[in-house]
Parts: sequence; C-alpha cells; structure tokens
Amino acid sequence: MGNRTPLFDRHQAMGGKIVDFGGWDMPLHYGSQMEEHHQVRKAAGMFDVSHMTIVDIDGEHAKPFLQYLLANDVGKLDGKPGKALYSGMLNHDGGVVDDLIVYNREGHFLREGHYRLIVNCATREKDLDWIRHISADYDVEISERPHLAMIAVQGPEARAKVTQVLPQFAEGIEQLSVFQALEEKDWFIGRTGYTGEDGLEILMPDEQAATFWQALADVGVAPCGLGARDTLRLEAGMNLYGHEMDEQTSPLVANMGWTIAWIPEQRDFVGRQAVTDQKAAGVQDKLVGLTLTSRGVLRAGQKVRVNGSECEGVITSGSFSPTLGHSIALARIPVDADGEAEVELRGKWVNVAITKPAFVRHGQSII
Amino acid sequence: MSEIRNELKYLPSHEWARVEEDGTVTIGISDHAQDSLGDVVFVELPEVGSSVSKGEEAGVVESVKAASDIYSPVSGEVIAINEALEDAPETVNESPYDDGWFFKVKPEDTDELSDALDADGYRNAIENE
Repeated sequence: MGNRTPLFDRHQAMGGKIVDFGGWDMPLHYGSQMEEHHQVRKAAGMFDVSHMTIVDIDGEHAKPFLQYLLANDVGKLDGKPGKALYSGMLNHDGGVVDDLIVYNREGHFLREGHYRLIVNCATREKDLDWIRHISADYDVEISERPHLAMIAVQGPEARAKVTQVLPQFAEGIEQLSVFQALEEKDWFIGRTGYTGEDGLEILMPDEQAATFWQALADVGVAPCGLGARDTLRLEAGMNLYGHEMDEQTSPLVANMGWTIAWIPEQRDFVGRQAVTDQKAAGVQDKLVGLTLTSRGVLRAGQKVRVNGSECEGVITSGSFSPTLGHSIALARIPVDADGEAEVELRGKWVNVAITKPAFVRHGQSII
Repeated sequence: MSEIRNELKYLPSHEWARVEEDGTVTIGISDHAQDSLGDVVFVELPEVGSSVSKGEEAGVVESVKAASDIYSPVSGEVIAINEALEDAPETVNESPYDDGWFFKVKPEDTDELSDALDADGYRNAIENE
C-alpha cells in the first residue's frame, strides 16, 4: 500500500482506478480519461493533487534566500500580496532540480518575509534536501505542510462551481486575477492550474477535503484522474518534471528561458553562471511540439529524425490529444530543425509536423 | 471485476475467440484488456483477404495509455473486419465482446483453439498477473 491522500476513500467510492504514482495510491481515471478531459475543456473537472509537496518559507531572510534559490526573481512579487510566480530551481550546473510555484503571503501575515512553494511529489525528498542545503547561510524557517490537502478545479465553469460551494469566498474569487491567491485561515485559493483552462487550485486542512470534494461533485464538477491531468497539460504545452526537464537538461532547452530572471544582473542565483555560459555558447537543442494527423500515437522515448540532419531528437511526452482528435507530442530536437520531422513509430518512420510547444488554450486549438 | 464470458476462448495476451455456427472465428480483446488499456483511440486491423497465423501479430490497438499488439488465436484467411472501429474506436471500451469485435477469420483448422484458455483458465491467468 502506498501513501494515501485524505480523498482516497472518495476516489474508491467514485469508481476511481487506483494506480501507484510516485509512491502514492492515486486515481488514474474514474471510467473514461477522455470524458474527463472533455469535461475540463468544456465545463469543470476536479483533481486530487494532495500528493504535491507544500513548503512554507518564513523569516527575515526569506526573500533574499528565495532570490538565491530560484532562477526566477521573487522580487517581482514585492508589494503584490497573494501573487504567484513560476520558477525553476536549478543546481549549480544549471540543470533543473524541480519546477515550482511560489506565492507571496505578505497579505496573510501583514508583513513581508512569508512565501509558499508548491513542488512536485516525485521530487519531494531531494527538493527538501536541496532547499535546506541552500538555506544554511540564511535565517529562514522551512516548514513542510503535509496536512494540507489540495484540489485543483479546472475548466471554464470552475470558478462559478467553486463559488457555489464556497459562497463565503464569492467576492474574493470574483476579484481574483490570474496567478493570484487569497487565503483565510487554513484555506488557500490560487487562480492557477495545469490544464490551459481557467481554474483554481485550493488548499485546505486534510479533514475538510472529503466534504469539499463531495460538495463539488454534487454541483456537477467531474472527478478527473491523473490520466486526464497529463493529456490536458500536454495539450497546454506545459512541462512535466522528469520528461521535458531534469537535472541533465538546461532550462534553455526546456522552453524555460522565460522563467530565468537575468535582470537585475547583480542578483546571484544558484546555477546563474552555468546558464549564462550555456546561453553565451548557444544551446544545441530546443523543445518543440509535434503533431501526427495520421493514425498512431506518439509516445515518450520515441526517436525523432530531422530532415537533412543526422542529429536525432527524442519525444519527451506524447499522447493522443482528445481535443484535437490526433496525436501530439513535445520533443527535444536540434535548434535548426523546422517544418517537418520523422518519428520512429513501432519500427516505421512516419512524418510529423513541427509546431510551437503548445496546442490548446481555453478549449481552442492554437496550432 | 471485469466480465469474462463462458462461451469464449482466450489467449493469455487477452484476445478472445468465438467459434460461430458457420465455423468462422470472431476475434476481439477482453473486458479486462480494454479496462487495462483505458480509452482506445485507434485500432489497426488486418486487411480482408490477407492471412493471419496463430500466435502472430494481426493488428494493433492504441489507447491513450499504450500501444498493444493483437495476436491471432488461429491461422486462416481474414474474411471481415469491424470497419466501425475506424470512426468509433471507443466501441472497444463500451462493448468489448459484442460491437467491439476486431476481425473474423476462416480458420484452416479450428483445433488450433483447443489449447486456448477457457473462461476459468483466463480468470486464473489475469488474477496471477
């Protein structure tokens, strides 16, 4: 038996097909991954993401610490209570230890120096080790919050549905801008997500999670599993740790260049020298999208051959796109490749089109 | 628990075979197989008129999760394929033993099915997976 979230019994009661995911017993789907995917694109779906790791960083040095720990600059959050920032956490060689979201919590504490990080579950231990290691020279308190559950409600109707269930937050949710969070007591509501749709990610005490989940189901929010979460993020062109990025891959070849805050130049951060050198030398690869409109499904690990080049690339994530009705993938290929490529699909080379690494936003194709 | 039909024969690789009254054999994948694969998005079937061999690849079923080869439980000539699966591959999930059949074979020798699993044998096989 793996770790279980406070919603495990709900998943079983709702017919969830339970699989192991990074040591956690999580629902893959509740009958049809495709149907769940469409629900999120057209209405609203909910995901149990309580397995993700929540780490609070508090103290006088919290800001300078995070400015050194992260490639993006938490200084951008100054004076913006509740604001969120996406960042890579790099190692000294410029590889990606993890990607995360950091929130400024000064509005909740009514003073500066309080942040919340949400990091991946599969990388939990090494992330915590790394954060503690880098914090040695800083006066900060690092607290994991394992007793907060997290539910993502995503889709065009997500905010309306959550408001129905949490009328006390109606005004706050109405006014919440994108990449912004509000909090009250132990409830933390961020307008963020991993699907390319509007939506909220909501943290609450473990013991209140099952009631909230059921209330959402009762107003018609579809329970969705990890399967739909993956096809939704892939259509949205969002990276998944261990696929598009890892400690051996530069953020510059993982489409994460925009998350590196180069300015101010005097801000040092872990990996700065390494990514500066990589940038100066020029990277060999880039992350692109691939589309296959004929039959077949692109899958992670398949080889990509670029026309006129002996260099090969690789698919980092691939699946069938339920919204587009054909297969799509993210792939790492040589920087000069453009137009068309070939993928080795079950022993046969098939033609695919190279696109930018994003396919669907707000229910619509963007390729 | 997935459905296992008593009148069918099964392969450990999750195909089922049904001997029809006219002696032809209809082939598909089991309820357990479709459940494990998840939503089916493509089915690649052999051509009508081609021949398939027992234990050899005869097609591919692709789901959101994985691609899986389909093996023929008998040797013979393909006399029909389920063309409806081209536009509605989800039929495999919805009706694996009826509307979601894959292809029909005119077998060279129906005795080839004698070493396939019966329902109990198949139930044991998937319980021990």
